Amino acid sequence: MSTDSLAGLTLPGDRNTRPFLEVKDLTVRFETDDGIVQAVSGSSFTVERGKTLGIVGESGSGKSVTSLAVLGLHRTRSNAKVSGQIWLDDQELVTATDEEVRKLRGGKMAMIFQDPLSAMHPYFTVGSQIVEAYRVHNPKASKKEARERAIDMLARVGIPQPAKRFGDYGHQFSGGMRQRAMIAMALVNDPQLLIADEPTTALDVTVQAQILDLIRDLQAEFGSAVIMITHDLGVVAELADDVLVMYGGKIIERGPATSVFHDPQHPYTWGLLGSMPRLDRDVRDRLNPVKGSPPSLINLPSGCAFHPRCPYAGRNGDRSFTEVPELRGGAHAVACHLPPEDRRRIFEQEVAPNL
Amino acid sequence: MLTYLIRRAVNAVLTLLVVTLVTFGIFFMVPKITGSDPALLYIGKTADAASVEGIRTKLGLADPVIVQYGKFLKGLVAGRDYANGNDVTHCPAPCMGYSFKTDQEVFPLLMGDLPVTLSLALGAAVLWVLIGVSTGVISALRRGSLLDRAVMTGALAGVSLPIYFTGLLALSIFVYWLGWLPNADYTSFFVNPLSWASGLILPWVTLAFLFAATYARLTRANMLETLGEDYIRTARAKGLGERTVIGKHALRSGLTPLVTVFGLDLGALLGGAVLTEAVFNLRGLGYQALTAIRGNDLPVIIGVTLIAAFFIVFINLIVDVLYGFIDPRVRLG
Repeated sequence: MSTDSLAGLTLPGDRNTRPFLEVKDLTVRFETDDGIVQAVSGSSFTVERGKTLGIVGESGSGKSVTSLAVLGLHRTRSNAKVSGQIWLDDQELVTATDEEVRKLRGGKMAMIFQDPLSAMHPYFTVGSQIVEAYRVHNPKASKKEARERAIDMLARVGIPQPAKRFGDYGHQFSGGMRQRAMIAMALVNDPQLLIADEPTTALDVTVQAQILDLIRDLQAEFGSAVIMITHDLGVVAELADDVLVMYGGKIIERGPATSVFHDPQHPYTWGLLGSMPRLDRDVRDRLNPVKGSPPSLINLPSGCAFHPRCPYAGRNGDRSFTEVPELRGGAHAVACHLPPEDRRRIFEQEVAPNL
Repeated sequence: MLTYLIRRAVNAVLTLLVVTLVTFGIFFMVPKITGSDPALLYIGKTADAASVEGIRTKLGLADPVIVQYGKFLKGLVAGRDYANGNDVTHCPAPCMGYSFKTDQEVFPLLMGDLPVTLSLALGAAVLWVLIGVSTGVISALRRGSLLDRAVMTGALAGVSLPIYFTGLLALSIFVYWLGWLPNADYTSFFVNPLSWASGLILPWVTLAFLFAATYARLTRANMLETLGEDYIRTARAKGLGERTVIGKHALRSGLTPLVTVFGLDLGALLGGAVLTEAVFNLRGLGYQALTAIRGNDLPVIIGVTLIAAFFIVFINLIVDVLYGFIDPRVRLG
């Protein structure tokens, strides 16, 4: 049997074709006293190694819930129901055992959280928390090796005098240094998938840029896949190869970053872009925020969840109010009832001039 | 860290000083206000005027208040002499005076009662911490389960039922009805550890039931709060097993607030578990305090108050020091 014929075989699980991370029809719901919270409904997306996926949306749009689902962190919540498929490097995670997912967590896939002060244990030193993260996945490593590794990581993320800072506590670090230490903790096992959940939201603007640079540099160095969750479109424009826009627990627009930024398709994405402050705009011009507030995930609006805030709802009969729009399109997909030609016209004539 | 310790220690001493001032003020000034005469309380109402005057001079009751307080403090620290001419009585430090009723030196009298209270409080403390904390943790981890609800209902009963109810109930069931246990009684641990334990088991359990209930509820609430913290999510995101997440990360911060509460409770109990001692007829500090209050025995009341205050201040000092070790954020504060 020659190698050529082997390559032609379709192996179980499509080893050669499946993306590094593939999320298929992911649904996450929480049963609460007030009712069922439909946090994420039917999300599908992929991320390849070395690429960055930006997930954008307002608070409560399902961004963080999606990423926590990938890490299997809903498993400890007894009221959470996760369905769909999550494939990481040919391993399915939704049906995997708790122990299998635990071994991946912090190892092959790691996460950086929003507020580094509350995300760090107040009673343990920064160094010992990094050592702990290393040793849980490298049980054979000695304490000394783990310590050296942790100090090395602290130096890698740009913490001055890492050996000295190793013994400090989280509250003794500045905000930016704390987030660097959190990144060191997340990267200590060379994760191939890194999820950053609003990593710069709690930081000064000047520090934000440093942290984003750091994540980009480390990604280039390790070749890992990155999911960047944010409500800051500037961050996405800066880092992401692909973008998901989420609204009411659903993906409403998905595509390459350049395409989503230059040719946004969904009225909600227009609204997000319109609410971004820009220097080159006349100061007296007002920002155009998306009117209204995000929907309750317990009681989603019928039809298109965005219809109560959409200025174009009702243009084609009552489909917006009765029918849930499907995510349609190729590389750049959108879930909207407006006919593509209407959308193009509205964007070019009404929206683009104001951006 | 050292400055923190020194600051706490100075604080503790100052607190005790204020306590002496207040107790002295209340117990020596109150007779002045109400018109009763401590000298008469001491010697008895039938004594002749000369003897009353003699005792007044000897106790220094005729001195200005500030001088009396000074002598009182000196007595506590260095001992003092009660003198009326040639009639001198030396009271060694820490001098808390003499009982109006029995003429015994107060401090040795109270020290004689201390082992009873100490045995009662410490034994009960071990029980209630073990039971309260473990049930609280289990309740938090099995939140909403049948076990959780059962434990919390039991705990509600525990906090609501007073000692004199649970104590008498336990006595009538286990001693008088089933006859499983001897009546509560104090035997020194060093004389016979077995009868020490068997004589105290009922008071321990009764007292522990009350406190364990509070601790179970506190532990549960603290643990639930801690389990919702971001750093617990971080610990899980690192890939730590649930055992480490709960046993190391969650317990460490979930149980820390309990140290404060435990310090206060133990300190207060060491000053006399009045109700428990009364119900089980144990001759400890609480029992002594009760007798003294009934008999208007001012020096004994002052003595018990001071010892109780000392325990509370001392144990809180220990708690503060412990906090410095447990919570690194305190050291800098």
